[in-house]
Amino acid sequence: MTEARLIQGNQACAEGALAAGCRFFAGYPITPSSEIAEHLARSLPGAGGTFVQMEDEIASLGAVIGASVGGMKAMTATSGPGFSLMQEHIGYAAMAEVPCVVVDVMRGGPSTGLPTSPSQGDVMQARWGTHGGHPAIVLAPASVAEVFELTVRAFNLAERFHTPVTVVFDEVIGHTRESVVLPDHVDIVDRRRPDGPVEGFLPKAAAADDITPLPAFGDGYRYHLTGLVYDERGFPTTDPTQTGALLERLHRKVDAYSPEIEDAETFMTEDADVIVFAYGIVARAAREAVRLAREEGVRAGLFRPVTLWPFPAKALEAAVGAARTVIAAEMNHGQMIHEVERVAASTAEIVPHLRVDGEPISPAELLAKLRERAAAQTGGRG
Amino acid sequence: MTDVRDYLREWAMPHVLCPGCAHGTILRAFLEAVKRLELDPDKLAMVAGIGCSSRLIGYVDFCTLHATHGRAPAFATGLKLARPDMTVAVVTGDGDGLAIGGNHLIHAARRNVDLTVLLLNNSIYGMTGGQAAPTSPAGSVASTAPAGTAEAPFDACKLLEGAGASFVARVMAVDPIMSTNVMVEALSHRGFSFVEVISDCPEYFGRYNALGSGAEMLAWMARKEAGVAAALANKRYVNHVPTASDTSGLATGVFHREERPVFTGLSTQAAR
Repeated sequence: MTEARLIQGNQACAEGALAAGCRFFAGYPITPSSEIAEHLARSLPGAGGTFVQMEDEIASLGAVIGASVGGMKAMTATSGPGFSLMQEHIGYAAMAEVPCVVVDVMRGGPSTGLPTSPSQGDVMQARWGTHGGHPAIVLAPASVAEVFELTVRAFNLAERFHTPVTVVFDEVIGHTRESVVLPDHVDIVDRRRPDGPVEGFLPKAAAADDITPLPAFGDGYRYHLTGLVYDERGFPTTDPTQTGALLERLHRKVDAYSPEIEDAETFMTEDADVIVFAYGIVARAAREAVRLAREEGVRAGLFRPVTLWPFPAKALEAAVGAARTVIAAEMNHGQMIHEVERVAASTAEIVPHLRVDGEPISPAELLAKLRERAAAQTGGRG
Repeated sequence: MTDVRDYLREWAMPHVLCPGCAHGTILRAFLEAVKRLELDPDKLAMVAGIGCSSRLIGYVDFCTLHATHGRAPAFATGLKLARPDMTVAVVTGDGDGLAIGGNHLIHAARRNVDLTVLLLNNSIYGMTGGQAAPTSPAGSVASTAPAGTAEAPFDACKLLEGAGASFVARVMAVDPIMSTNVMVEALSHRGFSFVEVISDCPEYFGRYNALGSGAEMLAWMARKEAGVAAALANKRYVNHVPTASDTSGLATGVFHREERPVFTGLSTQAAR
């Protein structure tokens, strides 16, 4: 292990990308994510990589997809307004099965919103933002160290499943400096390349595990990639059987592997009466609130999804257990709370704790909420 | 001696183009250029957007990337920066390249990425059913301009030269030999090369503007090159919209060529 360093989340993201093997970055300036691009503009060339500043976020993800098709691990980073523009190419990458990583450092919205304030307003967009219905993998780190770790994981998942992977965190995590010890070595995953003959290569022929090989352009396999629905040759088709099979396979690629992909953290949920559901920076505040509540005798716990999508429903169900109340704390108007309700509303009361004023949710306000809900429970409501 | 048909994915036929459409002739001209330059098919990528012209790449046995509407220059930029060993050619249309993708096209030109862009200009949106394009001549009829479009068209070559393209040319589908010659020069040019190829759309532009069959449109195209566009103006343009009488934009040939630094990504720049 190397020594501890004081770095911000955006830098940890850039360093995680480099450690994961990212050698191409295309992006467009936007607060509060620009430090990721700036760091990679300095560090990629020395690592044998390529940096390009594009004309907008649509082009940024387009260039990333082009580079990935050329065999490079590639990433872009943005914030809400740019993330909106990128939806078109997130759909393309999902459809054409091109590995890539998109980082969204969330700021207040909608529209131009609050460029320098934190938010968690993009978490449903990260799942449903592009048209047509597609599988999605979305990771939500809660600390500078975890930004590094999950950026590496994002590349590994993208390369394993040949799909776009989104990392979402907020302005606070992006800009907060924390002392971290980053690992010297990380395990990395590389995409599956074909090993059969070049002649007669069928790029999208049925694969037992649903993951078709992805040769780089220029490596001898000549094939067609398209955002249209395609057949096993990769060529456009409107045949209903092949259309259905493709769409089912694309979804199965994430759904069937969700136990492998899903990740969540629990803190003191075993005997909890009241559980805070929180992710990203809010989970940091929630953890402190839970600790303080416990000191006061409130049986509080924390559930933190690390993968927002696929949503760790089974882990949440298990964590909620006999708890009577789940406080869903988010910096938005209530987005992931719908998933919490879907999973836990039959056994627990789901209480929102939402902030959309550009200020992060504090431990103190969550502690007050925990006290209030605990009091309500002992007050004979149950 | 390679036959250009060897470059085709015959299994992908029949193609989607309409009878009389000159896009196939243009593809043939391009393949003749590939053949003359003896480009390695394994190292040749074609990137396209959305539209009739963009569908051409599906029929050639190279590495073909059918991107999103207008974004092919961005995809191609990433691909070329990642794979400098490959020749990367973009096929786009007038709607794809000049409307929705106009920004990507001019920025690729400005960067001087080593790409060759063929912009097939048929003056209309063909695939979506004959809507007005940013190249539709003022007054010409389209499904979204039933009384004639009131907008002025782009001159693609002037636009690209202004944007910094280091090679700018225009050819016409009616002259496939010249088209091949210019495409050979474009593919050989180091930097961003742009070739506007005047094509036809008998199905929509021709039908809506009473220009006749594909063959008649090609003859019209040939006469236009000879400077008789004024005669066409009466036929093409409706009366109440001022017509562009300037026919200089219809000239063909290589208009601009310069040597300037090619953008290969910051890695190379840092090493200099």
